[in-house]
Amino acid sequence: MSKFASPGTHEVYHDRVVKILVMFSIFWALLGMIAGVYAAAELVWPALNLENPWLSFGRLRTLHTNVVIFGFGVSALMGTAYYSVQRTSHVPLFAPKLAWFTCWAWQIAILLGGISLLAGFNTSKEYAELEWPFDIAITLVWVCFAIVFFGTIATRRIREIYISNWFYGGLIIVIAMLHIVNNLAIPVTLTKSYSLYAGAQDAIVQWWYGHNAVGFLLTGGFLGMMYYFLPKQAERPIWSYRLSIVAFWAFAYSYIWAGPHHLHFNAVPEWVQNLGMLMSLVLLAPSWASMINGIMTVSTAWEKLRTDPALKFIVLALAFYGLATFEGPMMAIKTVNIISHFTDWTVGHVHSGALGWNALITFGTFYYLIPRLVGAPLYSVALANLHFWLALAGTMLYVVAMWGAGVSQGVLWLSLDELGELRYTFTEIMQAMYPYYLLRFIAGLVFLIGAALMAFNLWKTIAGRHTVTVHPPQVTEAYA
Amino acid sequence: MSGLSLHQRLENNIGLLIFGILFVTAIGGLVQVLPSLFQESLSTPGINTRVYTPLELTGRDIYIREGCSTCHSQQIRPLVAEVERYGSYSRAEEFVYDRPFLWGSKRTGPDLHRIGGKYSDEWHRLHLLNPRSVVPNSIMPAYPWLANNHANQTNDIVEKLTGLQSLGHPYTQDDIDNAETDLKNKTEMDALIAYLQKLGTSYPQGELSWLILYSQGICL
Repeated sequence: MSKFASPGTHEVYHDRVVKILVMFSIFWALLGMIAGVYAAAELVWPALNLENPWLSFGRLRTLHTNVVIFGFGVSALMGTAYYSVQRTSHVPLFAPKLAWFTCWAWQIAILLGGISLLAGFNTSKEYAELEWPFDIAITLVWVCFAIVFFGTIATRRIREIYISNWFYGGLIIVIAMLHIVNNLAIPVTLTKSYSLYAGAQDAIVQWWYGHNAVGFLLTGGFLGMMYYFLPKQAERPIWSYRLSIVAFWAFAYSYIWAGPHHLHFNAVPEWVQNLGMLMSLVLLAPSWASMINGIMTVSTAWEKLRTDPALKFIVLALAFYGLATFEGPMMAIKTVNIISHFTDWTVGHVHSGALGWNALITFGTFYYLIPRLVGAPLYSVALANLHFWLALAGTMLYVVAMWGAGVSQGVLWLSLDELGELRYTFTEIMQAMYPYYLLRFIAGLVFLIGAALMAFNLWKTIAGRHTVTVHPPQVTEAYA
Repeated sequence: MSGLSLHQRLENNIGLLIFGILFVTAIGGLVQVLPSLFQESLSTPGINTRVYTPLELTGRDIYIREGCSTCHSQQIRPLVAEVERYGSYSRAEEFVYDRPFLWGSKRTGPDLHRIGGKYSDEWHRLHLLNPRSVVPNSIMPAYPWLANNHANQTNDIVEKLTGLQSLGHPYTQDDIDNAETDLKNKTEMDALIAYLQKLGTSYPQGELSWLILYSQGICL
């Protein structure tokens, strides 16, 4: 197999682009969370809207979701994908200049896109709010991302393509498909377009996108991160490689059907809703398969949890992943959904995934990655441990507050007295949310403080140090 | 290496793997989403469903710009309590001129699908200028800038109507020619209120008997 030649000693992994992506990811995490905490405060003290259009809740919430998902999340996924694809292929990045282009172009798109959202250029389709010029720019960057990633795999020196690359690959392919189809629109000016789909049909396309952006970006992409960094950090191989493969195909097949559970009892065909509910329940199996695989991988290395903050974050993230992927199918059951739909329960569910799973696994990965990238120990393990407890406390408080708010809303909105009349006005129920919204604001603040500690800790680790030069190792005949 | 199973080949060939992922993830969309795009009942307007006037359309685009759908849904589910609170449940035929749909996913504030005609224009004006002047404990932001902006300040209403016309909305050439007149001397506040007053009025009210009634146990 001559195509799998041995590496020359002059070859080095392109890790500086990884470091820059990680640093941008942390920057966007802080910015996105500040926007989130401020928006949460606005729901407690509406005067904080300051009668200023750029700070008003409707625009700020959109900025929050876009910056955390696409700034923090995608920068982290891009960086960790570039890091792990080189090491699992034993070859430097394909087209490194293109990799640098994806890094900077993405940051500029997020910066300008964020400003455009505050300025009110907003399609209103959730998680696809950016207007058409940004949609085209994102598509171009994404194609370059695909070329770098799949090009690296195509030039690999290891015969088998490691499982983490499947999940990252699924992320790249499926998000491209969803993004293009959902954003098809007729531009009327540079800043305004009208969706190609209308009404109920638009709703079905949007939630096919919306739910699977969660599926293939926030779940699949981060599972790619988990399948590389968890075994590395635990120094154990994946518990069952076969299970990871079965879980991958089952996940890829079944996730895409689940979108209509966002439209239960809405004006879309009932068979679409029922199929969405059924496949959401099926989804529990592949979701938990990856969680069990991850937990079992650590099962002979529990003692590491005492001393290793990075592993602690990753394992806790898996626990929240298990919780959120159990809660999701339950909320997709139509009778449960009657209560949960349109309430803060949904917001809590999203955050048990976004804070508990996405953010925690990313933090753990960064604590692993940064010391290795600069060749120095973490500045402070104690600070990282403090961050761990703040992150756990913040997530738990957030989820509990939103459960309280959401279940109350769901039950009280539908509550009828013995004559069949509504028992409470909408305003009465809204007022009752005050303590929950206050608690949610505090929870977000606690989580943000933890993230700020991490930013400081990692900055002190990086400052004044160069990126370590790493050569691809020789490949043994058996694997080539 | 002819003994490789199909799956071993997938694990060793990035082209096959990419194809496999595309194939497996396309099935759901093709079976579940695509048929809906060709289902006529989802794109056929009801007897009373009409396109938005230029002023209403401008108001709708302001509703989108300010992110109103972040906190307000426009989708009344066929549940007793919901119909009592908001009015007749939402039908697909009412939304065929909505690009994009604005059903929302969260009710921090109440549903607005049947808000049209429930309050006076003046109430809406006061409420948008300062929500707490009419709803004491409201947590909604105030939108004073709407009263200061001209409804046609972006000067794109003709392009908007032409764009929608190309997507099949039945605007006449007259409609497009007179669009700017419709916005003359109007503020963004006027436009948004015109939109709110139009919301949900395309369906006859009082259709309780049509309800799919869920058992009381479920409806609490």
